[in-house]
Amino acid sequence: MQDQLNRILEEAKSQLEKAQDRAQTEEIRVKLLGKKGELTQILRGMGKLSPEERKTTGQIANEVRGRIETMLEDKFAAVEAAAQAARFKAERIDVTEPGRRPKLGVKHPLTITMEEISKVFMNMGFSIVEGPEVETVFNNFDALNASPDHPARDMTDTFYITEDVLLRTQTSPVQVRTLLKQKPPIKVISPGRCFRCDTPDATHSPMFHQIEGLVVDEGITMADLKGTLDSFAKQLFGPDTKTKFRPHHFPFTEPSAEVDVSCFKCGGKGCRVCKGSGWIEILGCGMVHPNVLKVGGLDTEKYTGFAFGLGVERVAMLKYGVDDIRLFYENDMRFIEQFK
Amino acid sequence: MLVPVEWISDYIDLSDVGVDEFCDRMIMSGSNLETCDWFCDDVKNVVVGRIDRIEPHPHADKLVICRIDVGGCEAEGKDENGLLQIVTGAPNVYEGAYVPVALSGSHIPGPLHGQPKKEGGVDIVKGELRGVMSYGMLCSCGEMGFEDKVVPIAHREGIWILEPDVYEGIEDKVGQDFVEALDLKQAVVDFEITPNRPDCLAQVGMAREAAATFSRSFRYPDTEIQNENGDGASADYVSVEIKNPESCKRYVARIVTDVVIKQSPWWLQKRLMYAGMRPINNIVDFTNFVMLEYGQPMHAFDIKEVHGGKIIVENAKPGEKFVTLDENERTLEGDMLMIKDAERSIAVAGVMGGLNSEIQDDTKTVIIESANFLGSSVRTTSKKLGLRTEASARFEKGIDPNLTEAAADRLCRLIEITDSGKVCKGSVDCYPNPESAKTLDVRVSRINYVLGIALSRDEMKAMLEGLEIKVEGEGDVMKVTPPTVRQDLLEEEDYIEEIARMYGYDKLPVTLPRGNTEAGMPYERHLRDMAREALCGMGLNEIQTYSFVSPSGVDKIRIGEDSWERAFVKIINPLGEDTSVMRTVLTPNMLEVLARNYSRNIETVKAFEIGNTFMDNPISPDKLPDEDYALCIGMYGKGCDFYALKGVIEELLENMGIKNPVFVSESAYGVYHPGRCARVLVEASDAMKAAGEEYEELGIMGEVHPDAAAAFGLDGVRVYCAELMFGAIERKANTEIVYEPLPKYPSTSRDIALLVDEEMEVGSIEDVIRQKGGRILESVRLFDVYRGQQVEEGKKSVAFTLVYRDRNKTLTDEEVSDVHENVLHTLKEKLNAVLRDM
Repeated sequence: MQDQLNRILEEAKSQLEKAQDRAQTEEIRVKLLGKKGELTQILRGMGKLSPEERKTTGQIANEVRGRIETMLEDKFAAVEAAAQAARFKAERIDVTEPGRRPKLGVKHPLTITMEEISKVFMNMGFSIVEGPEVETVFNNFDALNASPDHPARDMTDTFYITEDVLLRTQTSPVQVRTLLKQKPPIKVISPGRCFRCDTPDATHSPMFHQIEGLVVDEGITMADLKGTLDSFAKQLFGPDTKTKFRPHHFPFTEPSAEVDVSCFKCGGKGCRVCKGSGWIEILGCGMVHPNVLKVGGLDTEKYTGFAFGLGVERVAMLKYGVDDIRLFYENDMRFIEQFK
Repeated sequence: MLVPVEWISDYIDLSDVGVDEFCDRMIMSGSNLETCDWFCDDVKNVVVGRIDRIEPHPHADKLVICRIDVGGCEAEGKDENGLLQIVTGAPNVYEGAYVPVALSGSHIPGPLHGQPKKEGGVDIVKGELRGVMSYGMLCSCGEMGFEDKVVPIAHREGIWILEPDVYEGIEDKVGQDFVEALDLKQAVVDFEITPNRPDCLAQVGMAREAAATFSRSFRYPDTEIQNENGDGASADYVSVEIKNPESCKRYVARIVTDVVIKQSPWWLQKRLMYAGMRPINNIVDFTNFVMLEYGQPMHAFDIKEVHGGKIIVENAKPGEKFVTLDENERTLEGDMLMIKDAERSIAVAGVMGGLNSEIQDDTKTVIIESANFLGSSVRTTSKKLGLRTEASARFEKGIDPNLTEAAADRLCRLIEITDSGKVCKGSVDCYPNPESAKTLDVRVSRINYVLGIALSRDEMKAMLEGLEIKVEGEGDVMKVTPPTVRQDLLEEEDYIEEIARMYGYDKLPVTLPRGNTEAGMPYERHLRDMAREALCGMGLNEIQTYSFVSPSGVDKIRIGEDSWERAFVKIINPLGEDTSVMRTVLTPNMLEVLARNYSRNIETVKAFEIGNTFMDNPISPDKLPDEDYALCIGMYGKGCDFYALKGVIEELLENMGIKNPVFVSESAYGVYHPGRCARVLVEASDAMKAAGEEYEELGIMGEVHPDAAAAFGLDGVRVYCAELMFGAIERKANTEIVYEPLPKYPSTSRDIALLVDEEMEVGSIEDVIRQKGGRILESVRLFDVYRGQQVEEGKKSVAFTLVYRDRNKTLTDEEVSDVHENVLHTLKEKLNAVLRDM
């Protein structure tokens, strides 16, 4: 019987070596260990043996079974690994073929620019307010301290709907609306469309976007104006950005300033973008003229404020190197999709 | 405003200040720079020469050979007599003339006569001209880099001839470097003058700014007439009457006799040229010079053309014809201020003189006019005549009436020092309401408060005095009196600005506002941002188009005659018809953009715009139209069809919390294909329901009518478009999200296929299923529509998956079947929808 067991073991060994796949291996398993399997038969026949023989032979038989089971386990693992390897080989794909891209849509570059600018100011505690594109002459000029004969009021500069109604030339009338509605502290920005009688060319557009800002509170100083806009410039253009405040003139602020930022292309060394000066003008600003604050009925001795405005197209053109403002309104998809 | 540094150095010592430093500090004190140009910076080897002899050219009628004396200078090609042979075609050369000679190997700015301007200038080398060697070139003014509009009238044609009586001492400069001999290398700074500072439209004004900026003393031009030796007094020749004192604050007239019309001296011509004006003759040049110097426009009349010795300032007769100096006949209007003599008009006040009283070469006696005309009057006249001059531009911005006298004296002084005539005694000065500077109180504390600094009174006083502002009083209050030229200093704020810029904006501290505020934005804006994100996420690109459009856009999209889309808000003064009305809908712009992309061979476009639309509102209290945001979606190309667009809208609306929108077939809206258009509706609010409205409209969508598409050049292209009213979306949106527990009990699904008439809408079938499915019907989803084999003509098979679930228990088969059978029964009953075998 022992011989028989050894023979079975040897046979199992050689058969398993020949087995190619899972099916053949399973066949061997059934042949040996199945209900009618050879080894099973032998183990069943053990009952006929004397207790002594049963003990020794049983020990050997169990050992043989154990070994066969281990061999089978290993074989199963091996054929499965081989099968998987074969499948992987068959299923190999060309990873350089193009992917199937779900196409992401793209926001308009002016939207992107406005969002970026707005985000910076919102992080500084500014709220967004909005006003209409068609405005009253009062909100657009009178309340903003523009003299009755200010040239910007001319029909050659401003689009009119009636004598008293126009297309706003700046987002500043939203300042007036805010002052009429809200009490200090006021800290708002107002992004939106503006209109001026400019024939379209590479640098002019009869419609453009501005972001206007207004801060009014007790004790607001020109130093606060400088600090706020300097911080804005650093957040938008990078921490190394420097700002330069130059005296200027606007009817609704005094003192007024224009703000240059150190060129974000060359860092101030001078290049094509900054026309060699190292500086780029991006903002107009100033301390709100008391005549404007009075529109909101504020005590101008107590309250002071500052305002600023910047052209969105200009910032976008500088940031992205766009050389023709008309591209923004042509909406060629090949243009828009560059801003992904 | 062009400022030659050499010119303002007459009034302030800038000898130790470099031009770069000058510019930088002027910028920081408020005079912004446009450009700073160096003239004749790169001229090399051009010398003063004297034409010794002129000979005809053997092979060319239009050329001559000049033999030029260039003195002792080193030059290639000198002959045995030390003369240089140069061929020229210029018509104005003569023997003995002094000229600029560009030697062989020289460099000039150019452009060469009759050629376009070359960046970087032109190199001159010797060469043969029709067989004759030419060792250089005689230069014109333009070739030396001067713009045509400033070239002196005396040598506009031909070579720059240096006459000894104009170019004093030129005889001794033969062979000298030309740029040095004429002192041509100079910096000219172009300052941007803001509208509040008309006083800076003058060399004197800029010198005043420079003096304050550099804390230096400042001297006024020389106005001391040494000898009033003209024949008689000014008043003997002319009387002045101002009939319209609101429009003419002051009129000063002086008389100069024994006038000799000639060229101005070179030093004066040069300043005019650098300041952008053309030298013409001495009297005209002086009027221009004084205007540039003081900012006070001047005029000179030939007295023999001023009839009756009378100057009368009054409005024109309506319809009067008048020929101005530029030889144009103009028709005048009754509100135009004129200068007249006893009989007729002789000048348009503050704008341009008349041809009838122009200075002539034989003019002997002139009336010098130095007058102050009201800015608004001059602006109106200048605009109506379409005639803008250096004079009118200055008057428009406002001029100090106290300048007239000094300016008149200055002009007379120039006449005197250049021997151009004899100045008569005194002036005729008509100044009905003299203006003097107003004193104002400004507070040291307020200035410091607004600027966030702590300057002392003395520091502020010094800064203001640097600007010729008188400071009196004591303590916190400064009683300030500005010079009358500073018409912009009217309020305390104006002085805050003066202190700020004199102190230096760059020196102001940098702080942040102390108060805390919370950022926020209007809910509607938030929703627009959400919609934009959602649409981009679904692969649509955002576009932005003009708010003003052509009224023909609505014709192209086949909008009906009396439709609201035609109630345009119109612009009175549009740039053109195509931007003349405010848009009422976005669709025409969208189609235009799609068409543009299509014409550029872009295969597929999916785009959207969120923008304002405008509707006239006659009853609005502030007379403003209604502005409402609209959302337009447009697409064509691969993967685009009605259902792709509908899916985008459904997904968007769900994103905004608008559940179960209803799409109702619409066949009468001209924009769309009558069989492929739907109105997008949602259940009405309770208030609207009470008023009998079951649904509220959000917008409309569909396949664009082929004729509308064709009108934009999208012939034969299937284009899909939707226009939704953002206002309605805003009202219906619900961005609050409430979590619903996940189902605990299993669902059961049943698939059904129904045979229905071709016209039967899926929506109607779904309505019945939902209604009868009741509480336990979780969802119904269409998964197939089939026509063809085994389905009879005029019918279609539609297949749905119905999912049943009870949130509170496991449904038994029986419970589901009861409901499901009822659904099927009702479908058959109501819609004649018969169950097919699956």
